[in-house]
Amino acid sequence: MPAPTLPSENATTPAASPSGYALEFDNVSIAFDERVVLDGVSFQLPHGETKALFGVAGSGKSILLKLAIGLLRPDRGRIFVLGEEVTRMSEQDLFELRRRVGMVFQESALFDSLKVFENVGFRLMEEGVPPEEIERRVREVLRFVELEQTYDMFPSELSGGMRRRVAIARAIITEPEVLLYDSPTGGLDPVTSNTIVELIVKQRDVYKTSALMVTHRLQDAFTMATHEFDKATNKMVVLPKGQRGEVPMSFLILRDAKVIFDGDAHQLAASRDDYIREYIS
Amino acid sequence: MAFELELTSPIEVAKDFALAVQEYTLLSAQSLANFFRRPLYMGDMLYQADLIGVGSLPIVVLTGLSVGALLALNAASTLQRFGSVTLIGQLVSIGMVTELGPLITGLMVAGRNSSGMASELGSMIVTEQIDAMRALGTDPTKKLITPRVGATVFMLFFLTIIADLLGLIGGFAVAHLLFGVDTNQYWTSVWQTLVFRDVFTGLIKPVLFGFIISTVGCYYGMFTRGGTQGVGRSTTQAVVAASVLILIVDFFVTKLIFAIFGYR
Repeated sequence: MPAPTLPSENATTPAASPSGYALEFDNVSIAFDERVVLDGVSFQLPHGETKALFGVAGSGKSILLKLAIGLLRPDRGRIFVLGEEVTRMSEQDLFELRRRVGMVFQESALFDSLKVFENVGFRLMEEGVPPEEIERRVREVLRFVELEQTYDMFPSELSGGMRRRVAIARAIITEPEVLLYDSPTGGLDPVTSNTIVELIVKQRDVYKTSALMVTHRLQDAFTMATHEFDKATNKMVVLPKGQRGEVPMSFLILRDAKVIFDGDAHQLAASRDDYIREYIS
Repeated sequence: MAFELELTSPIEVAKDFALAVQEYTLLSAQSLANFFRRPLYMGDMLYQADLIGVGSLPIVVLTGLSVGALLALNAASTLQRFGSVTLIGQLVSIGMVTELGPLITGLMVAGRNSSGMASELGSMIVTEQIDAMRALGTDPTKKLITPRVGATVFMLFFLTIIADLLGLIGGFAVAHLLFGVDTNQYWTSVWQTLVFRDVFTGLIKPVLFGFIISTVGCYYGMFTRGGTQGVGRSTTQAVVAASVLILIVDFFVTKLIFAIFGYR
């Protein structure tokens, strides 16, 4: 299925941050009561790269995303987003930084009392953008996720997959430099999952947006590592043999509160670690 | 199904209480500080004012009339024995304006709106909508709490005035129709009894009660834990806490005003 048309053709690569990475975790730990969720987690997300984050249920993947955007504070360690140390920022300063970061929540987290256009255009309304401009951009981004017909609907009238795509539209409407996806394809049928994977690949290849994606579905991440977005045909195409895995895509695996793997598709396939072999088999 | 009784140490209970007081104080202070920061979300404030003020009007009208009438009825049965039934107006006006008007209106609005705020914000918490709002770069205390605080304080002030007036009308109906008190006599005694201190007491209380209702409702909503069951728990706790706080604050404010202005 071809992907919908692009909302903007003047995509640019974001400027490098002082830390050199779009996102960086440095020895980050967090515990809730007696339970250690993350213990000394360190990794970097280079600009323009998409990193798929794996781990069994309850391994702290969603917590890691919330830490990255400053919704939670770590007990120890430092986190940098676009060169800014979020662990030292006040909540007020974080609101400014979050305008440059988009997040797609696990259950979409759409505002149920607002219509789709109000949800998608929420950030623009907060910024005081004129209503005509908001409508134009909301329609554009809804077209991008193939849901323009839902403009006047409430989230409760949408299916799970549609809600997820509206959440993606809300996250990308301001063209953020970093995107955080929390299980964007979780619980969806294969066709809808593929549409969402295609949208994520398009964000990566066309807009060069850095992204951290929590997922349970290994096949989605491998699809992203073996495909690229073709602007000419406006759809995702498989890379020729020999070039597979040559896209800006990497994998991160969490186990027992620690990072046990951080590398690209080739390194993952070549790993001799029993747990990883079992995980990817 | 087996139930296990878990005993909590008094130290843990004290710690939890201290933490809750700290969180409530911070949230309340933040809600006030937001009045001096942009944006002010006037649209949200007007929407809440309509929801809280206009929505609570029927119940306030009904309770105001009933309480005024009951006050007059109970006062009359005692005053009649001393042949002083003409004093009903004095008793009703002091009782309604200084005490019952603000208190009953506060308790009614607490029951209706504290629970509403706690359940609405609690549902947003458990469905991650508050996190989504923060992730979108919007301060939820500014967007959700401050408009509710402003609207409740403002509307409760006027609702109390309406309740006071209707209480006096209810009292008049009983005094005139059941005990034959002259219209002019009743309203003159109502008017002449009230002094600045009474009106001041009656109007300062709704401001404080409005602040309590909204901040307690928002606090229980924003600190909801435990899914839909947690939302239900927060809703109940919000009404109970707001009502108890109103009664406590009412006592101390009355005592303070007596200390400042002296007893009648």
